[in-house]
Amino acid sequence: MSNPLPSSAQAAHFLKTAERQRTQDWLFHRLTQVFSIMVLLALAGIIVSLFINAWPTFAKFGARFIWYVEWDIINEEFGAAIAIVGTVASAGLAMLIAVPLSFGIAVFLTETCPVWLRRPLGTAIELLAAVPSIIYGMFGLFVFAPLFADFIQVPLRQVLGGMPLIGFLFGGAPNGMGILAAGIVLAFMVVPFVASVMRDVFEITPPILRESAYGLGCTTWEVVTKIVLPYTQKGVIGGVMLGLGRALGETMAVTFVIGNANRMPTSLFSPGTSIASTLANEFGEAADFHMSSLFALGFLLFIITFMVLALAKIMISRAEKAKGF
Amino acid sequence: MAMNMNHSLYRRRRLANLWGIATSMLAMTLGLTVLLWILFVLFSNGFAALDWNILSQDTPAPGTEGGGLRNAIVGSLLMVGLSVLVATPIGILAGIYLTEFGDQSKTAALTRFVTDIMLSAPSITIGLFVYAIAVATVGRFSGFAGSLALTLIAVPVVMRTTENMLRLVPGSLREAAFALGAPRWKVSLSVTLRAAKSGVITGVLLAIARISGETAPLLFTALNNQFFNDDMSKPMANLPVVIFQFAMSPYDNWIRLAWGGALLITLTVLVLNILARVFFRDKTTS
Repeated sequence: MSNPLPSSAQAAHFLKTAERQRTQDWLFHRLTQVFSIMVLLALAGIIVSLFINAWPTFAKFGARFIWYVEWDIINEEFGAAIAIVGTVASAGLAMLIAVPLSFGIAVFLTETCPVWLRRPLGTAIELLAAVPSIIYGMFGLFVFAPLFADFIQVPLRQVLGGMPLIGFLFGGAPNGMGILAAGIVLAFMVVPFVASVMRDVFEITPPILRESAYGLGCTTWEVVTKIVLPYTQKGVIGGVMLGLGRALGETMAVTFVIGNANRMPTSLFSPGTSIASTLANEFGEAADFHMSSLFALGFLLFIITFMVLALAKIMISRAEKAKGF
Repeated sequence: MAMNMNHSLYRRRRLANLWGIATSMLAMTLGLTVLLWILFVLFSNGFAALDWNILSQDTPAPGTEGGGLRNAIVGSLLMVGLSVLVATPIGILAGIYLTEFGDQSKTAALTRFVTDIMLSAPSITIGLFVYAIAVATVGRFSGFAGSLALTLIAVPVVMRTTENMLRLVPGSLREAAFALGAPRWKVSLSVTLRAAKSGVITGVLLAIARISGETAPLLFTALNNQFFNDDMSKPMANLPVVIFQFAMSPYDNWIRLAWGGALLITLTVLVLNILARVFFRDKTTS
């Protein structure tokens, strides 16, 4: 039997190899770390550079910029209120439509859909979530807006336009453009996205819980509303907020149909503008102070969506943690 | 023996169930109808506009007939290509950091969180950012600026998919490599990364699909160019911005070309997504 202990020359050699490898590992660790920290730097860079470029506007108007109802390029009077209202209203309407639809789709895909259809339908929904948003915008402009004007705006205005209290919501020219039209097109865009997130969250419900409920004689609807939904509550809210974050920051699907008017919208049909669509329309021709006001809008948009998305992320990760059953 | 059953309660529960299932089916039908309708409109208008001129001629002047999208297609390919070349190594190395070194680190947790947010951050603000650092400072719009904006969008996609795929590699494989005395970098690059290869390719394909259709970040960075241009330091035509400009115009010929371009982009994105799925399925079943 040979001597298991290495000679001193061999030991020195091993030690040197180990040391070399340790340096290499240290370098590799730091190198990969630098690349991952670049994401943090990008985030900081975005916030800082938007803020610096927006500074002239913030210096002139202060916090009043946020609720100042004016967007006058010639007299250089700028406020974000019109664009913020347009953004929040169109995204809010979109979620009002998209949430029940996505919920229905997710329930169908996880509970009632025949097993052989589950995969193809689920994949179809996921693929549709990948369709570029400009396609939704073009569809909105060329196909949806004319139909919306003839079959929704005109009848709604005739039936509800004269009603007290809510009648004013349906005023305005029925040309197919406006806040509601933008909201509906946005809803089409976020449905596949929210539905696939919801389906994923529903699927983390432990089968044992579901099966016990069925075993006790629960109906499918009772299993969904009393077992799956309470269990996945946080994830569902997170998914909805993820969709909201997308809708708030969406440019292309909105710009085509919102009407692009720098006026405070007075009804669901009146043209308006969102932060993203104002940027898309005006930035190319803007200069100096106008440009700084556009940067200020961009800064506000980034902060709003950042908060919504951060909250969404926290909700979803909590839901996933609770999965440990 | 007669069952002692509360018939009215039973009926009510059954009705609620029926109602719930019916509405969920209705939602599914409605959703699918709208989405198929969008695809139908896109395909019928798009195929009507497709001909060889789209590939061989440049964008026409306003109000003129004919023309194609050659300059825009080439511009998009160049910018997307460069972005992918830059974003892939960055994304993969950053993803390796998150899986192999990032389990106890607070920085890694923060990076992961921020990356997830950047995945859905409004792309138009990324366009603003790149305008501020790469257009305003240089004094002109350029293909490079457009490419930088797309890179910023692609990196988080590659990073998060790489991380998720590396996590699927069984720990025993890592331990076996360590037991043979391999250093960490070798284990990461030649064992785990190789094992997760198809998953990482999935991530790269998804990133290409994601940036191919992005319009907003290119509006203020690459801008547009009426003429053929392969110099990336100058303003560059690209499909999404050309589609945006043409679709909003009053000229029928431009609108026709916009549909053609929209179809090209959507087909690219769908094919890439399907390829990504095929790659990933190969990995999970083998």
